[in-house]
Amino acid sequence: MSSVHSAPRIVNAETAAGELRALVGADLLDLVEAHFEITLVVARDSIVRVMEKLRDSAQYQQLMEIAGVDYPERPERFEVVYHLLSVTKNHRVRVKLSTDEATPVPSVTGLWPVAGWLEREVFDMYGVIFSGNTDLRRILTDYGFAGHPQRKDFPLTGFVELRYSEEDKRVVYEPVKLAQDFRNFDFMSPWEGAPYVLPGDEKAHAQAPGAPTPVPAAAPPAPAAKPSPVVETKKTTDKPEDTGAGKAANAAATEQSAAVKKPRAPRKTAAQKLAEAGAKPAPKPRATRKKSEDKA
Amino acid sequence: MSAETLEQAASASEKRQVVVGVDEDGIQNYTINFGPQHPAAHGVLRLVMELDGEIVERCDPHVGLLHRGTEKLIEYKTYMQALPYFDRLDYCSPLGMEHSYVLAIEKLLNLEVPLRAQYLRVFFAELTRICNHMLNLGSHVMDVGAMTPNLWLFEIREDCLNFFERASGARMHSAYFRPGGVHQDVPLKLLTDIGDWLDTRLPRLFEDAISLVVDNRIFKQRNVDIAVVSKEDALKWGFSGPMIRGSGIAWDIRKSQPYDVYDRMEFDVPVGTNYDCYDRFMVRVEEVRQSARIMKQCLQQMPEGPIASLDRKVVPPKRGEMKSSMEALIHHFKLYTEGFHVPAGEVYVATESPKGEFGVYLVSDGSNKPYRCKIRPTAFSHLQAMDFMMKGHMLADTTAVLGAMDIVFGECDR
Repeated sequence: MSSVHSAPRIVNAETAAGELRALVGADLLDLVEAHFEITLVVARDSIVRVMEKLRDSAQYQQLMEIAGVDYPERPERFEVVYHLLSVTKNHRVRVKLSTDEATPVPSVTGLWPVAGWLEREVFDMYGVIFSGNTDLRRILTDYGFAGHPQRKDFPLTGFVELRYSEEDKRVVYEPVKLAQDFRNFDFMSPWEGAPYVLPGDEKAHAQAPGAPTPVPAAAPPAPAAKPSPVVETKKTTDKPEDTGAGKAANAAATEQSAAVKKPRAPRKTAAQKLAEAGAKPAPKPRATRKKSEDKA
Repeated sequence: MSAETLEQAASASEKRQVVVGVDEDGIQNYTINFGPQHPAAHGVLRLVMELDGEIVERCDPHVGLLHRGTEKLIEYKTYMQALPYFDRLDYCSPLGMEHSYVLAIEKLLNLEVPLRAQYLRVFFAELTRICNHMLNLGSHVMDVGAMTPNLWLFEIREDCLNFFERASGARMHSAYFRPGGVHQDVPLKLLTDIGDWLDTRLPRLFEDAISLVVDNRIFKQRNVDIAVVSKEDALKWGFSGPMIRGSGIAWDIRKSQPYDVYDRMEFDVPVGTNYDCYDRFMVRVEEVRQSARIMKQCLQQMPEGPIASLDRKVVPPKRGEMKSSMEALIHHFKLYTEGFHVPAGEVYVATESPKGEFGVYLVSDGSNKPYRCKIRPTAFSHLQAMDFMMKGHMLADTTAVLGAMDIVFGECDR
């Protein structure tokens, strides 16, 4: 893929990936090169060792960013993503590891003091624990906040709202009350594999997920025993003669249609039409057409 | 200083509460609360400071008072709907924030941007830099006691805001940069007006205001040798932008990892020599002159042509086109309801915003909404270094250090 975008141009030396692979060695789980960016996936417990190598041997002097990402469907749901910058090599590298709610990640505050707040933010937003960070307090959320708001299962609206209470003369917290629910539209195209069944499509597959077959309705109550009224003419057609069809009807039908019109001529093919037109250079004007032909 | 007294200080809601503690030697330390409603706190910063007399022993910044959950909100919006949130991060330099975001989307889409759009982006990004520095330089000067330069610099800032209004329709929250280009073309009159302004009004007003402070004895006494940060410390604490250049490292993303048409621009990267607050101030002063230089080059080189990509799967068509073309109407409808889908992947794009490296780590899962959009604010790293920069300085230097950091809380707290 050639790049045509105008985002910051970072040149990966051709040997960069190989050098990083050799440097990190056995701690490297995976190395991904995409969009001209190199991502190293490393084992969680080796992070301090790997970072120290990257800083001291590979000239990645600056830790610019630590980001958390939540993938609830994975067994280790959180990814912690470190972004390193080398001001001498003019290069960036991304280091990733994964963890869950309970397993602590070794802190890199010993290598970069800037990691202190960055780790605090990941802890605050996701609840990832960093062992070795001596000041792992919440940072962005309110004093006394409960929960980790960036997790995918934390609702966008939150759980509490606050207002100034005139009675209590202070700010009070209350459960969130919304006049209208938050509407999160799903723009997945039903033609491109949306994971749900549209209304009306339930019967296409037996027991499609999300749309159980409706329980059959209860049988209607039996009609009360009433003497049925005597009917003069039958309203059922049990035998062919009841339909009114038969020899007499057929004869009447042929007689009538023969009087009205001739049977229709077979349709002409395009070639035939062309040949006819050649034979008769002056086509019949429209006005002379007969009414009966039109009907046919 | 016992833990209880610290807790008391932390829970105090008054602007300044003084708690007196006694340590083993019988020496009294004060813990004071600076902010969050303090005019020199540049927003809603709360500093819990431990003082020995008038010397700052420890400084614990409390941030997050302006946390609005921007990153969470972005996960629930389409890529286009998420763009205006970036204006509201660093509300003093809105286009600098947008720049990182649109470049991140374009990198994931691998979308080519027409040349005129790239020039327009660089042009307005530099105007944003001037606008931002006017506010910062002015308020820095005012924090250390001078009133006049701030008023004069605000006059330039007002001009900048008027230009933004004429280009985008909004003075501050422009939402002018869009994935694939810019929102609309600028009138020729606006470009000539900005050209005249760069030649006459900007240098006159700016140099006037700055000449009041650069050689001023009081200003120097308040800034020279305050909060000296060595090169090693600047790297360790994740400094960027004018802060790292003030520490003598010539690092500018516009030069080293050029984006848009910065590789065609000629400009110098100023660096500090004493690594103190005065250097940071002077680096910004020189950056304003360099920004004006870049803008003039843009005006000379800017070609005619489309101002946004012609890829109709990303950039909506013009209104006039919709009146005659069914396909354009469909594209318009789809882009403004569903938005465009971005291929799965992840990128980290950082640009040189007026305050430093502003990065966007964008994770896409192939849908029309970002799976994760982590914003790397500049102020977060800088403010964290407050503790070590303030150690041993006087209480009154707090404002100078804060002013030289150029912190805006919309960005720091997100």
